[in-house]
Order: sequence, then structure tokens, then C-alpha cells
Amino acid sequence: MTTAPKAIAVTKALTRVMADDRGRLLAALVRKFGSFQAAEDALQEAGIQALKHWGRSGIPENPQGWLLKVAGRKAIDAIRKDTTTQNTAKSIAVLQEEVTEYEEMDAIPDERLRLIFTCCHPAIEHKSRVALTLRTVCGLTTKMIASAFLDAEATMGQRISRAKTQITQKGIAFEVPEPHQWDARLDTVLTTQYLIFTTGYTREDALGVTLCAEAIYLTRLLNQLRPDDPEIEGALALMVLTNARRSARIGPDGVIAPTPDQDRTLWDLDAIAEGQSLLATAMSRGKAGPFQIKAAICDCHLTKGGPDWPQIALLYGALWEFEPTPVVALNWSVVAAELGYVDEAWQRLSGLADQLRGFQPYHAAAANVLGRLGQVDAARNEYDLAIAGAENTADRLYLERAKAALV
Amino acid sequence: MKYMFLIYNDASRSPKFGTPEFDAMMGGFFAANEKMKADGVMLGGEGLQETHTATSLRINGGKVETMDGPFAETRETLGGYYIVDVPDLDKALEYAALIPSAEFGTIEVRPLMDYNPAG
Repeated sequence: MTTAPKAIAVTKALTRVMADDRGRLLAALVRKFGSFQAAEDALQEAGIQALKHWGRSGIPENPQGWLLKVAGRKAIDAIRKDTTTQNTAKSIAVLQEEVTEYEEMDAIPDERLRLIFTCCHPAIEHKSRVALTLRTVCGLTTKMIASAFLDAEATMGQRISRAKTQITQKGIAFEVPEPHQWDARLDTVLTTQYLIFTTGYTREDALGVTLCAEAIYLTRLLNQLRPDDPEIEGALALMVLTNARRSARIGPDGVIAPTPDQDRTLWDLDAIAEGQSLLATAMSRGKAGPFQIKAAICDCHLTKGGPDWPQIALLYGALWEFEPTPVVALNWSVVAAELGYVDEAWQRLSGLADQLRGFQPYHAAAANVLGRLGQVDAARNEYDLAIAGAENTADRLYLERAKAALV
Repeated sequence: MKYMFLIYNDASRSPKFGTPEFDAMMGGFFAANEKMKADGVMLGGEGLQETHTATSLRINGGKVETMDGPFAETRETLGGYYIVDVPDLDKALEYAALIPSAEFGTIEVRPLMDYNPAG
């Protein structure tokens, strides 16, 4: 091989390893060296070394093991040079150990469960949890994450760097939570992953598709690292069932299509089957939880002949037991209106006005219910507020159309 | 790691002295103290007198200025503290959750400054 194609092959190999296994390598390094920053710096340096050495001596049989070994040495060098950490108990222990050389990828301890729980610790602000997870576990670039949040790249970089420092400063352990903390901590993890999913689902561009795929990847990974947990299965079912209808979400006229109006031939039936099977498995474990209930609600929307509103109303009642939040009450009101209990729906909704004013879905729901009550002026007013707050064009067009249809 | 638990609460929402709720709260504090001592994590802790007993001081242009009252007049005030030594934040939060006034106030959990990281 001449130099140029060789260099290209090396770059390609390295890029692929970094894309597929960066999270796993990083997790192993954080576990060993106790610091996110040290692990990232070491891995980055190992990458630079790889470009040099692989070009000369060829791509090693186990590139992941090679990178981990070199990164380990780089991290130890960094500890030796850094006089402020030289004598800490942790560094002394690390310096006395040999750098393990793993013969194959599977031999590298998989510490990603710790990585996920650490990135999604409730002591980290929720937006930073999302950013840190996407950066460290999924390996998304800071630029992409910034764009998902409509932030400047520099601002997002600072946020991620601050979150990494906070993990050290606050004393957040690189551990999987103890059994008595499991449910609450898992809920924070799943909520973070679902937030990544919904952020992606409301976007109409390629990045939106990527974010949904990353959220599903993360939840699948969690399900693989900690099998048989009904809430993990429930969250995965919820995302898979929702994503299955992505192509049908917006009609040919560019307007958002509610589930009953969607072109079912565009649904991903394999994904729906997978989601339903995950949900059935989760529910058979006999331990209900909010994500399983939300997945069941999502599933009830898919019924042929239209959503199963009575069942959905019952499910929202069950969800209320776990999440007595204004948002759940809002959704329950919408269902009540669908079932013909329009007065009751309005009573509940108007009681939420103080808490939810300015929250776009509240105004959309209020507009809908007021329309059903024949209060056209009030409904128009609410539609205007909902249209002003719409997150994307398809939603806005739908609301404008509904407003125009008021009589 | 050493952490300080700063116990903030609103005096108007705290149980009144002499009521059964007050006794239950004190029982809760007693149980928390015993647990933290038995586990060998408690380095110290005290309750503070009410904020009207506070005197604040600052030095302005080399001159000591003394003022009556707390640093800031807020509804939720610092009412006491604990200092614990535990392995990580999760453990610290577990002990902080034993503090009975967390039910009507807020416990702020802050790592202490480590002046000797090599220690």
C-alpha cells in the first residue's frame, strides 16, 4: 500500500473504533483513574499515537485493547507529572498497578453502567445530564449537542466541562446505585434518555433522527447491561413504539398528523411488534412503573379504529399514582374531553392554568376543549398562545388549521 | 470526603415548641445523631439560635462595621448544621435525608474545601 491510502485506512479504522467503542473505553479509563477529564485527555492522546503507530506498523488486531493500553500509560504519565495529585491514595494505587493489556475487546471490563448512572446523577442539572451522556456515552460531538439545544458550541463546551468538574467536586462516585436507591436513580437515567428522545422527535432534521437513535441505543444498552428490569423495558418500548411512527408523524401537506389520521402503511411494523413484545414482557414482571404505563398509553393509541380512550383514561389514573404532576393532569383532561366529559375536562384544565400558563401543550389543550364547549373567542385566544409557542412548523400548521375550523 | 449539611427552614413552618410534632421532630434529630455517631461518620453538628440573635460584621475601608441581624433577610434561614465524613455524595445524601426538618425545609449538602488533597 502506498502512504496515502494507508493513512486513509488508519484514519478510517480509528474513527470507527472511536465512534463504536469510545464510551466503553472511556468508562474503563474513568473507572481506573477516577477522573472524567483525565480519561478523556488520555484517550485523545492515545488516538493521536494510534495515527502515528498504526500508519507505520499496521492496524493492531485489537485496536480497542491497544488504545486502552496506550491511554492507560498516558494517564499514568499525567499523574506522574502533576505534582498536585502525585501523592493521593488513588494515584499511588494506580501507579503501582501494571497497565493491563487486553487481548480482545470482550475482555475489557464493561463499566458503561457506572458511566450512565454517573452522567445522569440527580445532583447534576438536567440539561447537563443530557449533554454529558451524549458526549461521553454516545460520543456525540460538542457541536452536535450544542445544536440539539440551540446553544453556541462554546457555551455547550463550558457546560460539559463544568459538569465533569462537578462530578469530582461534589464527590459523585463512579458507581451503580445501591438497591435501595435503584428505582429513584433509574428513573433519573430513563428520564434523561427519554428527554434525548423527545428532543429528537420534535425536530424535523437529520439531527432529530440521530438523537432518537442515540436515545434508543442508550436504552437498549441499559437493557443489555441490566436485563429483566421492567422500567428499562418499558422505557425502551415507549421509545420504539413512538419512533415506529416517525415517518407518518407529518402528513404529505406538512401538517402534524394525530395517530388516527396517520398513513399506517408508513408505520414500521417490525418496530411496533418489538415494542409491544417488550411491553408485554415488562408487564408480566408484575411491577408497574411510570415508563411501562406511558408505553401502554402509547400502545393504546395504535388500536385499529382509533385510540382506546377508556383504557387510556384508566392508564392516566394509574400514572397519577406515580407522577401526580400538572402535566399528567393536563393529559388526563384531554382524554376526558375525547370521552365526551368536556365540562369535567375544562374544570380540571382551568384549575391548572396558574401552574401551566405559558406551557405550550396547556394552551393547545385549552383551545381544543374550549372549542368543544363552543367558546369560540376564548378558544381562538388559546390557539394564538399555542401557535406562538409551537416548537416546529408542522405543529404550528396543525394548530392554525384547527383555529380556522372553529365555528 | 467531608460534607456540611446546612439546615435551612422557615420558622413559621417548623413545629412549635411543646407540641407533639415538635417532640417527634426532636426525636428524629436524636435518631439521626445516634445513627451518624454509631456509623462513625459524624464530625460535628449544632443547632443555631434564631436569626434575631444574629450579629453580622464586615470590614469596609479597614473599618469594622457591625450590623444587627443575619447576612440576608430570607424566609428560609440557616438553623443548624452537621459535618460528616463519608465516601461519596450518595452516602452524604442518605445521611442528610435522616434530618427531620427536610420534610418542611431544605438541607443543602456541600463538600468542604480540601486544603490538602494529598492528605
